[in-house]
Amino acid sequence: MSYFLQQLINGLTLGAIYGLIAIGYTMVYGIIGMINFAHGEVYMIGAFVSLITFYVLGALGVSYVPLALLIVLLSAMGFTAVYGWTIERIAYRPLRGSFRLAPLISAIGMSIFLQNYVQLLQGARIKTLPPVVTGEFHLMESGGFVVQLSTLQIIIVALTVALMAGFSFMIAATPLGRAQRACEQDMTMAALLGIDVDRTISWTFVLGAALAAVAGLMVTLYYGVIDFFIGFLAGIKAFTAAVLGGIGSLPGAMLGGFIIGLIESFWSGYFPSEYKDVAVFGVLILVLIFRPTGLLGKPEIEKV
Amino acid sequence: MAAAVAASGWIGRIKEAALAGLVAFALALPLAGIETTGAETGPGFVTRFDWVAIAVAAVFCGKLLLGFLPSQLLPHQRAARSVAASEGRTILYIGLGAAAFALALPLMPFSSRYLVDLATSVLIYIMLGWGLNVVVGLAGLLNLGYAAFYAVGAYSFALFAQDFDLSFWQALPIAGLLAALAGILLGLPVLRLRGDYLAIVTLGFGEIVRLVLINWGSVTGGPNGINGIPRPTLFGMPFAPAAPPGATTFSQFFGLGFDPVQRVIFLYYVILLLALATNWFSLRIRRLPIGRAWEALREDEIACRALGINPTSVKLSAFAISAMLGGFAGAFFATRQGFISPESFGFQESATVLAIVVLGGLGSQLGVVLAAIVLVTLPEFGREFDQFRMLLFGAAMVGIMIWRPRGILANRAPSIRLKPKGVS
Repeated sequence: MSYFLQQLINGLTLGAIYGLIAIGYTMVYGIIGMINFAHGEVYMIGAFVSLITFYVLGALGVSYVPLALLIVLLSAMGFTAVYGWTIERIAYRPLRGSFRLAPLISAIGMSIFLQNYVQLLQGARIKTLPPVVTGEFHLMESGGFVVQLSTLQIIIVALTVALMAGFSFMIAATPLGRAQRACEQDMTMAALLGIDVDRTISWTFVLGAALAAVAGLMVTLYYGVIDFFIGFLAGIKAFTAAVLGGIGSLPGAMLGGFIIGLIESFWSGYFPSEYKDVAVFGVLILVLIFRPTGLLGKPEIEKV
Repeated sequence: MAAAVAASGWIGRIKEAALAGLVAFALALPLAGIETTGAETGPGFVTRFDWVAIAVAAVFCGKLLLGFLPSQLLPHQRAARSVAASEGRTILYIGLGAAAFALALPLMPFSSRYLVDLATSVLIYIMLGWGLNVVVGLAGLLNLGYAAFYAVGAYSFALFAQDFDLSFWQALPIAGLLAALAGILLGLPVLRLRGDYLAIVTLGFGEIVRLVLINWGSVTGGPNGINGIPRPTLFGMPFAPAAPPGATTFSQFFGLGFDPVQRVIFLYYVILLLALATNWFSLRIRRLPIGRAWEALREDEIACRALGINPTSVKLSAFAISAMLGGFAGAFFATRQGFISPESFGFQESATVLAIVVLGGLGSQLGVVLAAIVLVTLPEFGREFDQFRMLLFGAAMVGIMIWRPRGILANRAPSIRLKPKGVS
């Protein structure tokens, strides 16, 4: 029981991180119908910017943890958002109206480029960050096994839920959210009614990148180890989460993220952990075969 | 946008360039400007603000110069343009010339063991590229897990050759068939998915195969891979200094002295033969009903369905044939290296082959050759090139999609078309 509870806690933490990345996939897919393959790389860049900001703050002597966290959060979101904007501007915008696979191939190229770009600039070795947020609660103990809930895990889940709430509000009630929903339904009609479609799409990428940066920051804090290759696996898993929840649906992305996090955590808790990634990919394939619309998604009709 | 720039003139141009420079500054500041160091000595970093300055200056000037380019050179002006049919003959002659040159390469005076070896590597990638081209270029299905079929071919060849004592020529068809089977197994459930979903599923499949290879140690040898894979023989004659009992070596039979170069050259001819057969095969199959159905499906799936083509079985055939060709290449790779491990079959490999196909032009046979030559020989020029290789290829994939979506040597025109009315 206590082991189960521990896996649940770990899974929810992991799921929060996947969910934040998945929102980027799902929003972009909802509006322009493409898989932003480079999104995992954006998350990786977010992790690197967080790490670098931590190093700089350390050298400047900022030792008050909440302040440092706030600065790092803002810096990671800001700088990574610029990456998100630039990627869309360079690699995707010129391809609107090109043949169907063109944006996906371009995105794969962008992903390869960004991986090697970070590897060249920051080195191929792993980067480490000493624990910044410490402290934990012992929830229960049975048979010598202590169930731990760390402060960091609380922060991660709480921040994710807060961001999700803010995001849902933004989509539901702000002019930008309205524009996004309009573009999602019919881009041409939205343009005719005076919505700046290019701008809306740019904002979508900026927001998605900022959320991915938060996920990058969380991973940097949680594991303390990052390298230039983390975006690949996390990207596929978050995409799986988006598909599982129903691509195009925001609550779906979050739900999918938590489910994927739980699957991964329970699998490595009870089954051979070398196969935990296989389990996630298996889920992806099964969902796509049996329920391509996901749990909360709407069926898609292909028109001539 | 171009019109707006012209209207506001100089000021506007400089303003735009300055904005681009500002973005470049934000992009470069954290990642290029500060390099994290010292995993052992604790957190540390060095600043490289000169790099940031260079990046900003380059982007500013680049954007400013781009404003002066004639607007028809800008990407959106030339989305799709296919090579005229009259160029088809030229391409045929170039192809024949290239094949003749490839045949004569080991006999050339400037040839060396190193060169033949390098050419063998290039040919492996050409073969992989042509194999992937069947599914990506002709059928228009993006396969991001091609290395999985390459791996299935290599591993099944290695296992059959070792455990059942089959020779290269006996195990080669088995490797191809097993790879095709893997293609069918993957394709059967997923081929009714939409194009981009399919791409992601193939990516997942590729990773699954790699993870299974790593973790299924009792069969695949785990991360250590398989060692001592038998070398190919010429009608049972091995290329070895001394013959096993009851056999003659190649050098004994022809009365030559033993020279390891003989085997290198033999391997080169084997892969050349395989590659030429692949090329011939895919050029011919394009003209068969099945090949035409692939191309038709790529252009418009709904129309195909209306005409009574079964999309799933047509796609499945493309998938299986492409997988089979990848399996052949894998078997050759295994016998050439004598050693295989999961490391050779990661996503990097799939991405490299895809880059070759995309850069060469989706559906173009000759383009694949050119792209493979560039990609494989680039690291030979030095370590710096090796480091920048994938960076450049990623950037080139984006660039190609923007400027020439049909590839450098575009030949996406349908293989067969009706003659327009009035022209006899």
